[in-house]
Amino acid sequence: MENKRFLLDSVRMARFVARGSLRLDAVVPADLNAEALAVLAQEVAPVPYGTPLSQAYAPDSLPARLLAVPQVDGALRSLVGPEPLVDHHAVHVREPRGGEAQPLHADAIIDVRPDAFDVQLMYYPQAVTLDMGGTLSVPGSHLRRTNESDTGRYQNLRGQDRLVCPAGTVVFVHHGLWHGGRRNDSDTTRYMFKIRFNPTVRQRLLWDASDLHDPRVRSELDVTFPWYEQAVGRLERYNRTLLWRELTGDPGFDLDHWVTRVSNRPQEATA
Amino acid sequence: MTVGSPTAAVPAPVLRQQVLVLYLLTSALDSEVLGWSRYDGTGRTSPTTGDGAEPPYGTGLDALRDGWRLIQASQLLPPHPGHEYDVSFLKHEFFFERIERLHAGA
Repeated sequence: MENKRFLLDSVRMARFVARGSLRLDAVVPADLNAEALAVLAQEVAPVPYGTPLSQAYAPDSLPARLLAVPQVDGALRSLVGPEPLVDHHAVHVREPRGGEAQPLHADAIIDVRPDAFDVQLMYYPQAVTLDMGGTLSVPGSHLRRTNESDTGRYQNLRGQDRLVCPAGTVVFVHHGLWHGGRRNDSDTTRYMFKIRFNPTVRQRLLWDASDLHDPRVRSELDVTFPWYEQAVGRLERYNRTLLWRELTGDPGFDLDHWVTRVSNRPQEATA
Repeated sequence: MTVGSPTAAVPAPVLRQQVLVLYLLTSALDSEVLGWSRYDGTGRTSPTTGDGAEPPYGTGLDALRDGWRLIQASQLLPPHPGHEYDVSFLKHEFFFERIERLHAGA
């Protein structure tokens, strides 16, 4: 039976649509985190692209147990629905006092699907401090139409998120979110385990939508970010509105009339 | 008659370029800084992705006042027809340079 308690609500879903990410702090138990550090140091055997989730991992494996954490399971279900495909997974290691920061990028290739999205789970089994090179991400960048590391020129943007988190934190990101592993200036090796999921069902009202008309949904969707240009920030909300319409099936939803105004083309002649 | 000794050759200074890229709120150079990148030809610093929380200047004009020279600004281009509502790269990009003297050459 579905554990409805841990599905996202509409307010959190709206926050994901606006920010392009969802952060679950310290949801993974300490014993699994400890085990994960040993497992990730040895790599995790790959699975073929597009493997159904139920066939991807042995029940006692680290990924399966991670995905069984109720908050993780509920968030994944809310974002991409039941039985997504495992696109791929990877262990990311930032060596201490070495290496370079990754250029700011979105994974894979430019992906402008207006009515579907992949998510990437990022799992941090250890506490991440600022100097450990936690993942850099740019809130609200996921709808920008750019290709992979063509954004590498951008070193710092106001309001960027330099991840600092407790052990056992899981972050889900939209496939288009600009991000990158930062340079690790500490003496500690930093691990992150990533899994990309492809939906197999229409991503519409997959979450607990009983609060769909909560006023906080609108305020979450209407948020702006400190790095947005004045004019483009309005287009961001236009595009966010279109995505929310797709996710809810509500063709009349709007924020401050942005979409409605520029779609108004009356055809009726005067009497 | 006294013949002066030949003038000692003055070593040429070794100059290197520092580059600052600012991304601004609007196309106006005196608008607020939203993003920034630095590249240091002197090798004295190694700026990189995600290495700062606060911009080096409040506006593009503030950079000029601090001695940076503007060398390039984004053009103002109309959107491609049919793509008026697309969002993509940051629109208001300004490149600045500063020439630093490393040391006198041999």
